[in-house]
Amino acid sequence: MTEHEHFEPVIIGFTCNWCSYRAADLAGTARMKYPPNIRLIRLMCSGRLDPTFVLKALSAGADGVMITGCHPGECHYIEQNYKAMRRYQLLKRTLTQMGIEPQRVKLVWASAAEGARLTEEITKLVEEVRALGPLQWPTSLNGHGARPAVETTGAVVSAKEVAA
Amino acid sequence: MTSPANLPEERIGVYVCHCGSNIAGTVDVEDVAQWAAGRLKHRGVVIARDYKFMCSSLGQEMIEKDIKELGLTRVVVAACSPHLHENTFRTACKRAGLNPYLCELVSIREQVSWVHTDKVAATEKSKAVVSGGVERVLWHEPLEPLRVPIHPATLIVGGGIAGIQAALEIADGGSPVYIVEREPSIGGHMAQFDKTFPTLDCAACILTPRMVSVGTHPNITMLTWSEVTKVDGYVGNFTVTVCKKARYVNTDLCNGCAVCQDKCPKKIVDEVFEAGLGYRKAIYTPFAQAVPKFPVIDRENCTYFQKGTCRACEKFCPTGAIDFNQQDETITLQVGNIILATGYDLFDPRRIPHYGYGRLANVFTSLEFERLSNAAGPTNGKIVLRDGVTEPKSVGIIHCVGSRDRNYNNYCSVICCMQGLKFAHLVKERTGATVFNFYIDMRTAAKAYDEFYQRVLEEGTLFIRGRVAEVTDAARLHGEEGKLIIQVEDTLASKQRRIPVDMVILSAGLQPRRDAKAVAKLFGISCSADGWYIEKHPKLDPVATMTEGIFIAGCVQGPKDIPSTVVQGAAAAARVLGRIQQKEIALEPVRASINQDRCSGCRICNNLCPYSAILFHEDRMVSEVNPALCQGCGTCVAACPAGAISGTGFSNEQILAQLEGLLMLNLDGDGRMPVKVREAVAI
Amino acid sequence: MSENGAKPKFAMYWAAACGGCEIAVLNIHEKILDVDANFDVVFWPVAMDAKYKDVEAMPDESITLCLFNGAIRNSENEEMAHLLRRKSKILVAFGSCACEGCIPALANLTTPEAIFEAAYAGPTTDDGHDIRPQPEWAAPEGIMLHLPKFYRVVKTLDQVVPVDYTMPGCPPESHQIGAVVDLVIKALHGEADLPPAGAVIGAGGSTVCDECKRARNEKKINRFVRIQHVKPDPALCLLEQGILCSGPATRSGCTALCPAAGAPCVGCYGPAEGVLDYGARLMSAVASVIDSTQPEEIERILDGIPDPAGSFYRFNLGGSLLRAGKPAWSKQ
Repeated sequence: MTEHEHFEPVIIGFTCNWCSYRAADLAGTARMKYPPNIRLIRLMCSGRLDPTFVLKALSAGADGVMITGCHPGECHYIEQNYKAMRRYQLLKRTLTQMGIEPQRVKLVWASAAEGARLTEEITKLVEEVRALGPLQWPTSLNGHGARPAVETTGAVVSAKEVAA
Repeated sequence: MTSPANLPEERIGVYVCHCGSNIAGTVDVEDVAQWAAGRLKHRGVVIARDYKFMCSSLGQEMIEKDIKELGLTRVVVAACSPHLHENTFRTACKRAGLNPYLCELVSIREQVSWVHTDKVAATEKSKAVVSGGVERVLWHEPLEPLRVPIHPATLIVGGGIAGIQAALEIADGGSPVYIVEREPSIGGHMAQFDKTFPTLDCAACILTPRMVSVGTHPNITMLTWSEVTKVDGYVGNFTVTVCKKARYVNTDLCNGCAVCQDKCPKKIVDEVFEAGLGYRKAIYTPFAQAVPKFPVIDRENCTYFQKGTCRACEKFCPTGAIDFNQQDETITLQVGNIILATGYDLFDPRRIPHYGYGRLANVFTSLEFERLSNAAGPTNGKIVLRDGVTEPKSVGIIHCVGSRDRNYNNYCSVICCMQGLKFAHLVKERTGATVFNFYIDMRTAAKAYDEFYQRVLEEGTLFIRGRVAEVTDAARLHGEEGKLIIQVEDTLASKQRRIPVDMVILSAGLQPRRDAKAVAKLFGISCSADGWYIEKHPKLDPVATMTEGIFIAGCVQGPKDIPSTVVQGAAAAARVLGRIQQKEIALEPVRASINQDRCSGCRICNNLCPYSAILFHEDRMVSEVNPALCQGCGTCVAACPAGAISGTGFSNEQILAQLEGLLMLNLDGDGRMPVKVREAVAI
Repeated sequence: MSENGAKPKFAMYWAAACGGCEIAVLNIHEKILDVDANFDVVFWPVAMDAKYKDVEAMPDESITLCLFNGAIRNSENEEMAHLLRRKSKILVAFGSCACEGCIPALANLTTPEAIFEAAYAGPTTDDGHDIRPQPEWAAPEGIMLHLPKFYRVVKTLDQVVPVDYTMPGCPPESHQIGAVVDLVIKALHGEADLPPAGAVIGAGGSTVCDECKRARNEKKINRFVRIQHVKPDPALCLLEQGILCSGPATRSGCTALCPAAGAPCVGCYGPAEGVLDYGARLMSAVASVIDSTQPEEIERILDGIPDPAGSFYRFNLGGSLLRAGKPAWSKQ
């Protein structure tokens, strides 16, 4: 773990406007403390959570992602958080298959009153990801978006290497 | 990193607030502003300022001045939560001639300075947050609120005191109201009560005049014995389908003389109004002061409907109002707003078997006791045991039955303490019996409530603090024979006690209506896991819901006493009247829309919308969003496999850009973005 | 038409590909004669003999149209991509491999070590002597021979060189190739404009469902089944029957061939316009319509998709946001 000693993970958190973002507000108002490693994006609803956002975050430098929403049955848009849950469960299977530690992407339900819970979950995730070490998806592996420089470096394997 | 095509023309102002020392105490706000001015220059930032209180009039004027003098095209404010001041800064931009939706407020207070302690890390995070805001705002579009006309009529569902109050307020305000009630009469639970705490005025005496007002008000159309079956449309323009069940009584002819009820030979235990303690006929009004006065025939129990002969009511009706051929009627209403005031169900104490309700005869529910003590009730107000004659010598009242109990409901039902105290007083007054109140905590927090508690204490009612373990008729000790024994730990005396009594009253909690979830779905609003309907904001918008045009009042939102219920009824009415007066409503333009050329009509999105805002055109095989119904959650945007749905205000571009900004992908070594331009293809 | 009257030059090249794209081009039937009439074919390894050095000798941008199919699996593929980019005016990423990585890019889920192990030491391929390709070999003639370097991660063409157009499909449908050939010839004669640079050509603007004739309803999926395990209703949307059909997320243009033949769309035409990550779109759509609110039941339903990465990224992993599994690039 020594190599990760000074590693500060970057976590992207997706919050819903009505519950978890308000929980984050509440955490602030109540001066609760959590590590500064998380950066939040406010969506109207966890149902807006597009798996693309998670993949983009992971491929673009985030070491972990937290998806948050209203508790099941308490969605301000009636039932949209269930859709977030289904997407999360499927996405997680795919990510696991791609060798990404499942702990890096977490779904947390937090009502507007649960600033403490959100604080606790953020703290936990930051520590878990810290223990896993950096993800640091190589930017050369960034879909169509970032085309690598003309010379290819690093990502080459020679047959000799394989045979060795 | 993606950039909008108009990037070179954009001029962004970044405003970093100190919030006194609230932000500046933990974040180096000057550094953040300077950094934004330098490192985000290539992203269009032309000015970045920090200021003591950005939300003050001076702070706002500073932004307005910059917009005008520097020709800002977009504004990012880094301050408190958007829930607090988004509107403030949007309005400031609007005053300076900038479309308010080109302003983005990012939070560095609730989400940075207040939750972090390390100044360096907090400052770095603030930079990331600002960077995210700048990238996001680059993709914002100027938006105009959607304007929807408001139909002046209002539908109120539920004719209890909340619905009655709301109906009268709106009708007195001059607007038409439809009130739909599923029972034969309006009045709700309050009509069943005897006295109301803490003033002890009789429920009927204060309620019936209001019921009569509803019945006679020229602006109110009452639809009792009716249920809403379908809701279409959206705020300002709902089309509601109501099923008016057949009464088998022609209300044009009936004069409410009640002869039919006298003559009807079929007697049935009245499980609804009399809580099973009394009887009604097969043709009945629930109670004498019922509004409307017209009875209904209960088809299931009517001898004629079941056996084909009888027709006693028809024979004796002096006006010939009985009509066995009546059919259920479907009515369509046009309304602009809807108030749901459907109330609550009583917790069924049978679920707590060790309290003996339903097994031990002299265990009563609170609603049963209300009927027992009611002068118009089955015993004419005599408080007697189940045998109908014996007055109890000792009574135990158990609080928090089904409430504040992890096995049943976690929440406090609010009214049960006062209800228990009221029962104690009534028992004492009418029978002189010894009364024990078993409570966990005494909650008497409202005007004149605690004084009432003191009064009941002084009357000599005994209070034992502890959750009752069991009510049993198994006598163990001398003096327990033939009694109900209440086993309880007296937590103040640290003692186990067995208290023998003649009568036990369970002060049962309130529960959401058994069909609350189905009704919520019908109207497209959300309810909590318990089943209470969720208000738009628990403090600042307690009677509105997330669905525009649908309001809630009374216990449907959560347990409450009559004063609070009335307040909510009136509050919902005030909200509706305000709407009606404005004649139109401006809706947040956060809406989804479907690109008709790109939509393949795969129908993935069709049932994802809880507001039925997405309609499928069979002829063209494409789906379309009705913007007035759409509430802007964005679920369909995220689900569209073709990427054909976009969300105004929360577009993919905006969110992905914010993400890239948060991850500082917009920075490079020399502070300039690498821009790759491919020349046009030519042969 | 060029000034000196010579015919414009045409090239086609295959990198990491199966050869299907080449066959698809030949499948345009008599239209191939138009290609011959209008173009001078200068380089097309599958159809004519030519050496790389011949291409190197050509002036830069002397090839008018180059259809490049296949993914970038090794250094030879990449060298040829750079070479043909330099020599071509219009470089088209032709077919799913060049556009999105296609099946070859599924190897990005694993490591080169594992690929070599499977290819040269697996139970069906082991030669008994564990002989593996040697990257360098001293030939008896006294020269050093080099094999191209094998990359850890398969790339798409546009990840190594700028591409003018992409033409999706595995392979692109012949009628679409025919239409593109017609268009290019018209453009050569000044009778039509070419699409804007960067455009997807030879495909529709919507998704496969747009061309699918199966009846569609609101979707609620309570189980996923594999096509070989059921007898699907021939007239009803396959996805509604629990068969994972990629049609909703896949660009139109193929005339919905697979669903018409009773097989689910597998996604070879790639993402719709503007979509950043094909698999994410499809996952999001499919998960959204799962008919359950219980996590355990959702898991049970998802068990019906045994290979999610392979199912949602079958043709598109190379072009996706993550592009590869973690083991492919992290040499732990």
